Amino acid sequence: MKFNRHHLLGIKGLTREEIETILTTAESLKEISFRDIKKVPTLRGKTVVNFFHEPSTRTRTSFEIAAKRLSADTVGLSSSTSSLVKGETLTDTARNLEAMNPDVIVIRHSMAGAPHLLSRMIKPSIINAGDGMHEHPTQALLDLMTIREKKGRIEGQQIAIIGDIAHSRVARSNIIGLKTMGAQVMVAGPPTMIPPFIDSMGVGVTYRIEEAVAWADVIMMLRVQLERQKQMLFPSLREYSRFFGLNPEAMKKAKRDVIIMHPGPINRGVELHPELADGPYSVILDQVTNGVAIRMALLYLLLGGKKSEMAD
Amino acid sequence: MKWLIRGGRVIDPQNQVDDLMDIYIHQGKILDLQPVPPKRNATTFSDFRVIPAEGLVITPGLIDMHTHLREPGYEYKETILTGTQAAVAGGFTAVACMANTLPVNDTQAVTEYILHKAREARLARVFPIGAISPGLKGEALAEYGELKNAGVVALSDDGHPVMNSQLMRRAMEYARAFELPIISHCEDLFLSRPGVMHEGPTSTWLGLHGIPSAAEETMVYRDIQICQMTQNPLHIAHVSTAASVQLVRDAKKKGLPVSAETAPHYFSLTEEAVIGFDTQAKMNPPLRTKEDLWAVQKGLKDGTIDVIASDHAPHSPLEKEVEFDLAAMGIVGLETTLPLTLNLMHLGILTFPQAIAKLTQGPARILKLNGFGGLQRSGPAHLTIIDPELEFQVDIHSFRSKSKNSPFHGWKLKGQAVLTMVEGRIVYNQMAPTSDL
Ligand SMILES: [Zn+2]
Repeated sequence: MKFNRHHLLGIKGLTREEIETILTTAESLKEISFRDIKKVPTLRGKTVVNFFHEPSTRTRTSFEIAAKRLSADTVGLSSSTSSLVKGETLTDTARNLEAMNPDVIVIRHSMAGAPHLLSRMIKPSIINAGDGMHEHPTQALLDLMTIREKKGRIEGQQIAIIGDIAHSRVARSNIIGLKTMGAQVMVAGPPTMIPPFIDSMGVGVTYRIEEAVAWADVIMMLRVQLERQKQMLFPSLREYSRFFGLNPEAMKKAKRDVIIMHPGPINRGVELHPELADGPYSVILDQVTNGVAIRMALLYLLLGGKKSEMAD
Repeated sequence: MKWLIRGGRVIDPQNQVDDLMDIYIHQGKILDLQPVPPKRNATTFSDFRVIPAEGLVITPGLIDMHTHLREPGYEYKETILTGTQAAVAGGFTAVACMANTLPVNDTQAVTEYILHKAREARLARVFPIGAISPGLKGEALAEYGELKNAGVVALSDDGHPVMNSQLMRRAMEYARAFELPIISHCEDLFLSRPGVMHEGPTSTWLGLHGIPSAAEETMVYRDIQICQMTQNPLHIAHVSTAASVQLVRDAKKKGLPVSAETAPHYFSLTEEAVIGFDTQAKMNPPLRTKEDLWAVQKGLKDGTIDVIASDHAPHSPLEKEVEFDLAAMGIVGLETTLPLTLNLMHLGILTFPQAIAKLTQGPARILKLNGFGGLQRSGPAHLTIIDPELEFQVDIHSFRSKSKNSPFHGWKLKGQAVLTMVEGRIVYNQMAPTSDL
């Protein structure tokens, strides 16, 4: 197994072999979470800083649990406690973080490219936990892991990603990851939320969700940000849920073995009908479980595995 | 001082000259221009100091009609002194500076301050551009009469579009009384915000908000229509898209008093320069596609685009070494504009005289700059000597500009100014030491 990277900045640029290495490592580490004593000493003495410039309880908790299961020490730094609110720049924060000699910095930031900027300035490994509308690689990896687990393989699967594609880093990372692994992808949603030029990413586009649902082996719903209504992207929540939300009516045309995914948190009754979120097609909680395994795998590969080169 | 610039190739598009000539300069003026004689009479002008220019090109002093000098108000980015140092090092004998200073150049006092600082610097001549609206707020008309008296040569809210169409109409109408061209920064803010780069495949991949080409083009179209109504000269700043070029071409065909400029980055780089979140490639309008780049090149070739301007926009590292969304827009350009323009000649897109016309005749005509744009007997001796064979690598650390933000760092280019003369005075000299000046 080969994984020689120093950072995980995005899915873009990862080879199929590298993604497979991460998934396989995660599968082998997943079992630790089901032990009585959920801890191995692999990363004892290593320090992981969770630097969350944008709030996200879920992703942050997932990283924290992952680090602790491998016996790494974790330190949290969020935007409210960091000095960013006092006008400190990312550069200042980065230098301060580096001075504390962490081994890994997990960064969530509201602006695209922030982890890349950080990686050019300081030495520790950087894991991108979501940057603006750009990438959310660990989410995509846990989604890939879940698809592989439920469907046996990723190659050849037909994945429909439905919702606000334009503003979704989850969608971008998933499109790249799924295409790399040989899946087919179709995006669906209101035209105001499908970015122009999305076809350059090699995906199909439809504005009719039933079409995407009927075609899909995997349905990936995205969270709609309620404030998008103010940006004139859709007229009302009512209309959105009726025409672009997934409900039992729309599911009538779905394949029998389809699975429904959602990165969470769900707006129940908006993009996803409550009955479906908790129903037999849903693998949403498996995604959460796999999230810990994926993050353990990344920490292990970035820190535990031998680094033959420091290049990203 | 009396100078004889000997044996250079004089390219003066305004006077349709492209010949080997001797130029005699006395008391800041051009005393004479003569075809290189087969045999020189050494005694006639023996009291002239010789600048040997064999193998070099002499052009009328270059003019940059779109510079941000940042003073007053943003002296940490650039001052009139450092800006004009950069200008003369880039071969420019004159720059027109935009009004988005602090305070904005919307009053006589600010114009006079700029001119005073420029006289102190004694380098390139500075021609201030006044604001269209007080504070660049786009809400009312500035005092164009006062500004003209103080010395502005054009009006522009550059940096900010005039969003109110009625105000743009009034500005173009009122400016007629003072014969001031309006320079328009064409951008529909409702379409462009919160964009930080061109809307295209790259912005989609990178997850950055895009600025569609239509944000520029709809405003180019609007302003051309208002120009048709008012007949005041309209100059479109920093044209970046194919459709904008076509709109200007159509307007010119109709005989409207419309002119246009582009900047070197729009014919040298595409949106892909942003990949990796490189803030050096963040500018407004943004870098566009290959098709746009080709259209801009074609527009330069067929004369649709009259001028190449630097859009010199100095920013400190504080404003560039940050997240892409937060980074300031713009690049420094005074010291790379000439070689990047000559690059179009090396690529076979422009002839040498065409390239020079975009930096001399074009801006001089649009801004009606007396004594600039051509070389003529008894005219002021503003000129630039270019070594067309000089190969060099762009190094931001060697820039005279106070700021170093440039996406061209490391580029290998050919052709650069080696001597700049303003009113017979050498203000920049990089000629070989053997020339004994
Ligand atoms: Zn502008």
